[in-house]
Amino acid sequence: MCGAPGSGRSTLPCRRPAWQPRGSAARAPVCSASLPHRLSPSSHRALPLSSATLNMAAAAARARAISRELGRGLHVRRCGRGSLSHPGPPGPACPRSRQHRERRGAARATMAAPGAAAPGGGRSGAAEWGGFEDNMQGGGSAVIDMENMDDTSGSSFEDMGEMHQRMKEEEEEAEGEAGAAEEEDGEFLGMKGLRGQLGRQVADQMWQVGKRQASKAFSLYANIDILRPYFDVEPVQVRTRLLESMIPVKMINFPQKIAGELYGPLMLVFTLVAILLHGMKTSDTIIREGTLMGTAIGTCFGYWLGVSSFIYFLAYLCNAQITMVQMLSLLGYGLFGHCITLFVTYNIHFHSLFYIFWLGVGGLSTLRMVAVLVSRTVGHTQRLILCGTLAALHMLFLLYLHFAYHKVVEGILDTLEGPNMPPFQRVARDIPVVSNAILNTTAKAVALTL
Amino acid sequence: MRDLKAVGKKFVHVMYPKKSSALLRDWDLWGPLVLCVSLALMLQGGSADSKDDGGPQFAEVFVIIWFGAVVITLNSKLLGGTISFFQSLCVLGYCVLPLTVAMLVCRLVLLAGSGTVSFVVRLVVVIAMFGWSTLASTAFLADSQPPNRKALVVYPIFLFYFVISWMILTFTPQ
Repeated sequence: MCGAPGSGRSTLPCRRPAWQPRGSAARAPVCSASLPHRLSPSSHRALPLSSATLNMAAAAARARAISRELGRGLHVRRCGRGSLSHPGPPGPACPRSRQHRERRGAARATMAAPGAAAPGGGRSGAAEWGGFEDNMQGGGSAVIDMENMDDTSGSSFEDMGEMHQRMKEEEEEAEGEAGAAEEEDGEFLGMKGLRGQLGRQVADQMWQVGKRQASKAFSLYANIDILRPYFDVEPVQVRTRLLESMIPVKMINFPQKIAGELYGPLMLVFTLVAILLHGMKTSDTIIREGTLMGTAIGTCFGYWLGVSSFIYFLAYLCNAQITMVQMLSLLGYGLFGHCITLFVTYNIHFHSLFYIFWLGVGGLSTLRMVAVLVSRTVGHTQRLILCGTLAALHMLFLLYLHFAYHKVVEGILDTLEGPNMPPFQRVARDIPVVSNAILNTTAKAVALTL
Repeated sequence: MRDLKAVGKKFVHVMYPKKSSALLRDWDLWGPLVLCVSLALMLQGGSADSKDDGGPQFAEVFVIIWFGAVVITLNSKLLGGTISFFQSLCVLGYCVLPLTVAMLVCRLVLLAGSGTVSFVVRLVVVIAMFGWSTLASTAFLADSQPPNRKALVVYPIFLFYFVISWMILTFTPQ
């Protein structure tokens, strides 16, 4: 339709006809044909900005196109002629025909000029539907690229859009001729229902509105481009940050920089889930598997998101300079110590070893988080509240993970080795009495080593 | 018939992973569905109380596989990948095939007995199939990433197949 004779749309050079079946091989690099210098994979860092400017340009071009169409429509109605898409001169009976032709020519010229200068914006100004398509693919913003679906029937968005456009133009052509006939059929409209002219118009409008609403909701909620800057890391950076999360900073009078990155924390949470599963299996926690997985995921994600939000709220109360993403990142990297501790102690079942790791590794990662927060908070009471809460929650979480999930191995060892088991390997099964058990075991361990 | 042949061709591609784009270009989700359902069915009945176990385990395996695949796809897209959502789901689902074969082998071995020898055999088989799965999916997915970020994409795939392998290895029938 673009560029086809008698189509009536502005005759911009179209990159491709809109109904061409899209094999994903041709489309796999996102919009590389249209915007080579902006959307190449190496410059994806500019992606959100360039797609935003594209969207604005597309919206502006679309607005211009719509106003032009409206203007033409007004003129058409006054002239009593049918078609907006009628390419030829409206006829000698129309007083404004010359103006109309001039305006159309000017419109074509103005559209061609920006079309040459900014191919992306020009292409989206070609038609309303064309602009919408570009918007979807412009920054790879949609999660699901509809055009990659192999569809053989006319059930995709684009085909419906094409049908709609064709129907709209047919209607507008037939409007003039059917104008007289409609009055005759007026009394039969109820009978004709959806098949009548009015019915088709209503269906069209509903389709249009529905599509617009759906695309708005989709681009709002499924736009993963919002998260893209937080995943912009290199493997070296991730490794550096993992190692740094165990090293407490010394300079607490100067606000420490926190990288607002979500890849590392997310992967650490998933690793923690995997380690917990491994631990539950080796300790033969033979409950139903469904609850094991569910509780592991729920615990880890709940801790990460819940404690981050809580500390962020406290930081807001204590006037600490930290954003939510930074808090998520900080706490996520703090889970690295937990991962190491649990990985080691689920394989080597000595309680004293666990306590050494708990204090050493857990303590180091807590100290780092605390130091960073202290550097960003002013005032002694505030620092105390914030860091005390974080330290307590972090250390207690590690304790909880160890004792709640690491249950049955000692029990099995107990039954296998009989009463000769050295006492410091006994484990407390019930969490409420864990404090007594800790005192007992630490006392016995100390006594044994002395 | 044409769909069946396409699915069969993809299975062959997974077992002999070459860098062809057939898996990527014509994606479909039949294979992953069949593999997921068969794996979930075989993993049933693997815990102590066999009263109402069928439900949660089947749903659990299903949810893990699909949720894990969605997370990996989102991750690879956020890291700047050029592959589309369903293509990635397709690849990850098809690469569960070696692990399904491992599950089959484990079940057969467990029929023979459940001693240390069988555990060692199962461990070797599962590790081999886990490596195969990870390599196969990496061969297809890592090409769509910028070259210096392949490790960032491979790690979640490694975790995903590790969790599935762990479920297979620790399966003890009643």
